[in-house]
Amino acid sequence: MIVNQFLVLAAVLFSLGIYGLLVRRNAVMVLLAVELMLTAVNINLIAFEAVLRSSEAIGQVFAVFVITVAAAEVGIGLAIILMIFRNRASANVDELNLMKW
Amino acid sequence: MNITDWVADPANWVFVILGLAVLGAGFRVVTSQNVVHAALALVATLAGTAGLFLLLSAEFVAWVLVLVYIGAVIVLFLFGIMITRAPTGRDTALDHPRKAWAALVAGVLFVVLAWSSIQAFGVTELTQVGEPTSTETIGLSLLGRYVVPFEAVSFVLLAALIGGITIARKDLTPLEEAEKGAV
Repeated sequence: MIVNQFLVLAAVLFSLGIYGLLVRRNAVMVLLAVELMLTAVNINLIAFEAVLRSSEAIGQVFAVFVITVAAAEVGIGLAIILMIFRNRASANVDELNLMKW
Repeated sequence: MNITDWVADPANWVFVILGLAVLGAGFRVVTSQNVVHAALALVATLAGTAGLFLLLSAEFVAWVLVLVYIGAVIVLFLFGIMITRAPTGRDTALDHPRKAWAALVAGVLFVVLAWSSIQAFGVTELTQVGEPTSTETIGLSLLGRYVVPFEAVSFVLLAALIGGITIARKDLTPLEEAEKGAV
């Protein structure tokens, strides 16, 4: 195995996440696309760790941190979406134009 | 390393199978017209990713991914979908109509990322794959050198939990509060 096969796979996954982020209208679907991008980052971190094989497993430790922060992000994000839905009866990001000049 | 050696390594066959599963499911996540199907496709993506982690000898992170993501985060997403009453059937208005521009941005980004990683790493081989990182190493690292970020991230999680509850809680209007006080 070479390291680049994992990096290119993660690049494809990250680009899919960017595509979903730009094209989706429902805010929950936007968060799903963000999760794809975070997964791609995790694949990169684990692949780099497989190259380095550091004595403290740095790459894997940081992947655990990314997973934790992603869980916090989903919790807060869904709470905000819930609040917006309650106030505006819609979770579509292109209808949230209150602060748009 | 030439292509014959690459094909001869059975680990690469596992990689190809898992990689195709991950990419196919990831494609479904961003293109599916059904919200629930997209969330379930994310489960398949993450399961394939956990398989890739096992292939890269990161056993602990693989099972953390299964437990935290597939076990908890996806359930949160399904709750979010159900509570916001997102259209659970097929919905053709789920995507913005100007998909071509988004595809162009994603394509350019992929070319940049792939080109730069190929430039940087070339055909660097993974030599020590197959010796799993012990959970002991990760635990000692988390509570040794990385104890401050570890505590910080646990505090972030606690703050996010409390913040999420506070944001999502239904506030009473002044009238309702007065009624409640009267009773």
